[in-house]
Amino acid sequence: MLRLLGRRAASATSAELTRWRIRPGTDSKPDPLRILRGLQKGFCVSVLPDGIDRNSEAFSSNSVAMEGILSDLRSHIKKVLVGGGEEAVKRNRTRNKLLPRERIDRLLDPGSSFLELSQLAGHELYEEPLPSGGIITGIGPIHGHLCMFMANDPTVKGGTYYPITIKKHLRAQEIAARCRLPCIYLVDSGGAYLPKQSEVFPDKENFGRVFYNESVMSSEGIPQIAVVLGSCTAGGAYIPAMADESVMVKGNGTIFLAGPPLVKAATGEEVSAEDLGGAEVHCNVSGVSDYFAQDELHGLSIGRNIVKNLHMAAKLQGGFGSENVECKEPVYDVNELRSIAPVDHKQQFDVRSIIARIVDGSEFDEFKKQYGTTLVTGFARIYGQTVGIIGNNGILFNESALKGAHFIELCSQRKIPLVFLQNITGFMVGSRSEANGIAKSGAKMVMAVSCAKVPKITIITGASFGAGNYAMCGRSYSPDFLFMWPNARIGVMGGPQAAGVLSQIERATKKRQGIKWTEEDEEEFKKKTVDAYEREASPYFSTARLWDDGVIDPSDTRKVLGLCLSAASNRPLEDTRFGVFRM
Amino acid sequence: MSMTAWALRRNVRRKSYSIFIRYISSSASGGRATVKPPNERCIEKVLVANRGEIACRIMRTAKRLGIQTVAVYSDADRDSLHVKSADEAVRIGPPPARLSYLRGAAIMEAAARTGAQAIHPGYGFLSESSEFAQLCEDSGLTFIGPPPSAIRDMGDKSASKRIMGAAGVPLVPGYHGHEQDIDHMKSEAGKIGYPLIIKPTHGGGGKGMRIVQSEKEFADSFLGAQREAAASFGVNTILLEKYITRPRHIEVQVFGDKHGNVIHLYERDCSVQRRHQKIIEEAPAPNISEKFRASLGQAAVSAAKAVGYYNAGTVEFIVDTESDQFYFMEMNTRLQVEHPVTEMIVGQDLVEWQIRVANGEPLPISQAQVPLLGHAFEARIYAENVPKGFLPATGVLNHYRPVAVSSSVRVETGVEQGDTVSMHYDPMIAKLVVSGGNRGEALVKLKDCLSNFQVAGVPTNINFLQKLASHKEFAVGNVETHFIEHHKTDLFADESNPVAADMACKAAKHSAALVAACVSAIEHSDWNESNHGKLPSIWYAHPPFRVHHEAKQTIELEWDNECEGAGSKLVSLGVVYQPDGSYLIQEGNDSPSLEVRVTRAGNCEFRVEAAGLSMNVTIAAYLKDGYKHIHIWYGSEHHQFKQKVGIEFSEDEGGVQHRTSSETSSHPPGTVLAPMAGLVVKVLVENEAKVDQGQPVLVMEAMKMEHVVKAPSSGSIQDLKVKAGQQVSDGSALFRIKG
Repeated sequence: MLRLLGRRAASATSAELTRWRIRPGTDSKPDPLRILRGLQKGFCVSVLPDGIDRNSEAFSSNSVAMEGILSDLRSHIKKVLVGGGEEAVKRNRTRNKLLPRERIDRLLDPGSSFLELSQLAGHELYEEPLPSGGIITGIGPIHGHLCMFMANDPTVKGGTYYPITIKKHLRAQEIAARCRLPCIYLVDSGGAYLPKQSEVFPDKENFGRVFYNESVMSSEGIPQIAVVLGSCTAGGAYIPAMADESVMVKGNGTIFLAGPPLVKAATGEEVSAEDLGGAEVHCNVSGVSDYFAQDELHGLSIGRNIVKNLHMAAKLQGGFGSENVECKEPVYDVNELRSIAPVDHKQQFDVRSIIARIVDGSEFDEFKKQYGTTLVTGFARIYGQTVGIIGNNGILFNESALKGAHFIELCSQRKIPLVFLQNITGFMVGSRSEANGIAKSGAKMVMAVSCAKVPKITIITGASFGAGNYAMCGRSYSPDFLFMWPNARIGVMGGPQAAGVLSQIERATKKRQGIKWTEEDEEEFKKKTVDAYEREASPYFSTARLWDDGVIDPSDTRKVLGLCLSAASNRPLEDTRFGVFRM
Repeated sequence: MSMTAWALRRNVRRKSYSIFIRYISSSASGGRATVKPPNERCIEKVLVANRGEIACRIMRTAKRLGIQTVAVYSDADRDSLHVKSADEAVRIGPPPARLSYLRGAAIMEAAARTGAQAIHPGYGFLSESSEFAQLCEDSGLTFIGPPPSAIRDMGDKSASKRIMGAAGVPLVPGYHGHEQDIDHMKSEAGKIGYPLIIKPTHGGGGKGMRIVQSEKEFADSFLGAQREAAASFGVNTILLEKYITRPRHIEVQVFGDKHGNVIHLYERDCSVQRRHQKIIEEAPAPNISEKFRASLGQAAVSAAKAVGYYNAGTVEFIVDTESDQFYFMEMNTRLQVEHPVTEMIVGQDLVEWQIRVANGEPLPISQAQVPLLGHAFEARIYAENVPKGFLPATGVLNHYRPVAVSSSVRVETGVEQGDTVSMHYDPMIAKLVVSGGNRGEALVKLKDCLSNFQVAGVPTNINFLQKLASHKEFAVGNVETHFIEHHKTDLFADESNPVAADMACKAAKHSAALVAACVSAIEHSDWNESNHGKLPSIWYAHPPFRVHHEAKQTIELEWDNECEGAGSKLVSLGVVYQPDGSYLIQEGNDSPSLEVRVTRAGNCEFRVEAAGLSMNVTIAAYLKDGYKHIHIWYGSEHHQFKQKVGIEFSEDEGGVQHRTSSETSSHPPGTVLAPMAGLVVKVLVENEAKVDQGQPVLVMEAMKMEHVVKAPSSGSIQDLKVKAGQQVSDGSALFRIKG
């Protein structure tokens, strides 16, 4: 019956067809009628089936569990959004200064979106809280140009750089360099956090790298713009000094290599901060800064003007962006991703039900569907951008790894960005598997992932364990962006497995040494190991250390992917050259 | 026969059709003057020696009659509506009226050049210049108006009163003598008794008029009136009259033809005035008996006949509400500003009558045939600063949206959106004329139209007119010329009334919240549009995306708080973009928030739902002086806010020249600013002079109104840099008082 209808509808005009398209912005409640109509019209054979049972126990228990996880997450976020505490925020206001997120809001195009990165950096990392790691980073548009924002939070330890602050700053620069995003530095920082100088100063990926990156990006034609809204002392002074263009705000902005106390100690000269390195000095006399702003709002609007005049169009050639087509919302409710996400990683679910809720029109053209079925590969569009999607539907076998390598090669050849939906406990182990050369197959996929010169975005939706993390483009494989769902777990292996391995070794050692090891002792040992693994596998542990670019609400996945793909689409096109594949 | 046909044709379009047929048939055998053939040649091309709404209005009728139109314009009016409305237009000089619209010779030249056979003078300018009327006649042009002799007789107020007295028209006690010596005048004033009124013998419109309460004030007022009369009319003779304390201003529209027929078209009540100028007129006058109406009309017709009047004229009477006596005041020998209210109630086009009478045709109807169709109001919408004592305002009409016209709503205007109200001419923007079956119906319509009449860019009196029209005494027709003075506590923002102040404050804050929501919606759709195709739509999605929180912005609006007196108040509003697309607006941190949903219905129009109440809202925004000015209209509310703009929106090049909001207050303390744009006429003291509080320092003139700038406090005058004859702009520093 359906087929008959479909055939009849095949002659429908394209105008008729577009009428059925779902406009962006319409709500995305699952509408069975809409799907049926689509099928009848015969044009969207690629629409994925719903794939979830809303009456199942898993669905409802996942929903409840995720609600708890999300409310936990939101309470953490709520704390970091207010910055360094009431007192510091108040002091900031009295100086006519905005908070860093407000500063960014004033720079962004009015009412535009902002993809903030690593909001929970520094979470429970040091003895003292360091909300958002003391620096706000993210991507958003100014006059239609996507820019990378790096804004010190002066309410958090005076905007000084802790090790994690530097890591977050460098990560933002890394993304900017890769995606060729103009960098906007909103500087208000006391420089390095001196008590931790050994961790922030000497090493390769330390403070000096910030200025190194500025120089290199500038040389590559990626604009570097600094707006000095507060102090830039010592090392911090180089941020505006190294910038292509810089703005200084009268009264609040100061730039000097050494502040008044150090100057007095060194030379005996007594001078005020404003006279030593205020906007007037640097805009009128020294030339360290280029634009004089009367107040913060003025300074930020000058910043917008600078971006307006970047003439980026001249510097863009090619890119991965698809032609902008009218995009459709998924036919299923994106909020159901919260109920699909398994809290118990042993629970199986079909990754296609996630794909159905993140891609345009829920349309997915699957590649090699019947082969290596524990890895799902195929093509789709996200906000109009064509992508290749690789998702886990179980552990990786020989065939799945080969299929993955094949698909990555395909996308690299065609310059199609890759999206990895990670939920992997690892490669298949055991004698049969080893005999079949699982290590060889895994190596092929890892080689393909490593060398593919297309934008790669990884979302960890569940488990991320062992070599599976490598093959599915974990942090070490330099995905352009990597986000975690709050239910996700990451580690070299699961806690119980690790406990098992370690207790076996321990038992052997003890036996060798002739020490008696009771059942209780072993249980105690295992528990300790499991607890440690559990703690370290938590997404909070990960995101605090910047092993990812942030923890996201599953229902935001589509939007986050859309924003990331758009940001990454400016990457220059490159041909991929793979290494030696072990055959 | 031709006359009947004319009347019929005129009235087929009106609802009074059947009534009119009855009038016509009943007068078929009436003893009217026999119809003479019209002048050898009918007017085929008319030059309108005026500007603004009246020029447009005259041309409209002329066009309907198939008569070609010629406009004249000064350099200030090159692109104005009256020029665009005309078939041809001739430049006659620079902006000042005395170098353009008052130059009879230039107008004659323009007529000769374009071959116009007739000149319609409109009102104001040369409309009541007998010399000009004579010049037209002498040049063989038809002057569409009364005979020069009648203009001359009625133009001299003293002479007109003598003639009227002789014709038995009642007069107000007063002195109209030639002896103008100040001491003599003072003694005459003593005879009449105070309070009395001083006015120039020539001119009208309240210019140069002054009320003197006591002998002490006499000398100052007298000299001021003389000076203003000389400046405006070139003649400085003054007359004195008894001042009636509770008067009404009622005037009768008369019309005569060249065959000796004079009829009246009922009266208009123009009592509601400010600065002696009318702002709301109505016809017929409320609360008068048929008998009184008939005797007024009769007196007016007698007055016109006494000077051999033809064409349109108005006889003004002052009615003493205490004694129900009426006295002749003056006769205006022109088509009046407020003629449309009469047109509305008699269903006639008076400009058409004027042209036909000028062509020599007899009046189309007799007195008995004049219908009385319901009631009409006219509200004059001015660019003026009501709180600053109705001072004329100038500026650009950044947003101008008059109400829709219909058979019962007329909007007479000479400006369009984007036009400038300049300091050179009358600051009237439009006349809103409405009619209804009775006074109550018409008043409902008036109030509705006023609340929908949108002007932004210059301050206007619309809010004030709304308050006037809504006043309970006005509703029952208890009008008199001191209406505004007597009810000022109701009509003006009252600082001492905390309840009213609180209500006004709440209304303004609610409006500010709606503005914040609409501004956010505008910003969003504007950026979304300008982005088109550059970035994926998700960057401009609504609501904007944020990771784990809702996007929020702060909108700071300055609101001129009339109630709390001094200056403006800053309202800081947080706008939260909610996931469902609505906005959550919160003022400060503790006040309750308001959920607002905005649907854009047009460029400026929105459908807004706030806390469950849904309504139409109009927003207009424009940039001026480093601020974005935002107006909002909904229901009968209209509020105005200022928003400080970043550099990218302003013309400013930034850097050191960047303006800050504090700059306006950067004048040293004690500085006195010009209350309006205008000309300094006279400087009364010198630098370093000691002055007392309230002492006049200089005299300014704008729109031909004199305004005395007084010392706000006692002290010595400093930094007095302006000189007589100097043009100053609104808000510029005049001098400083050092205490």
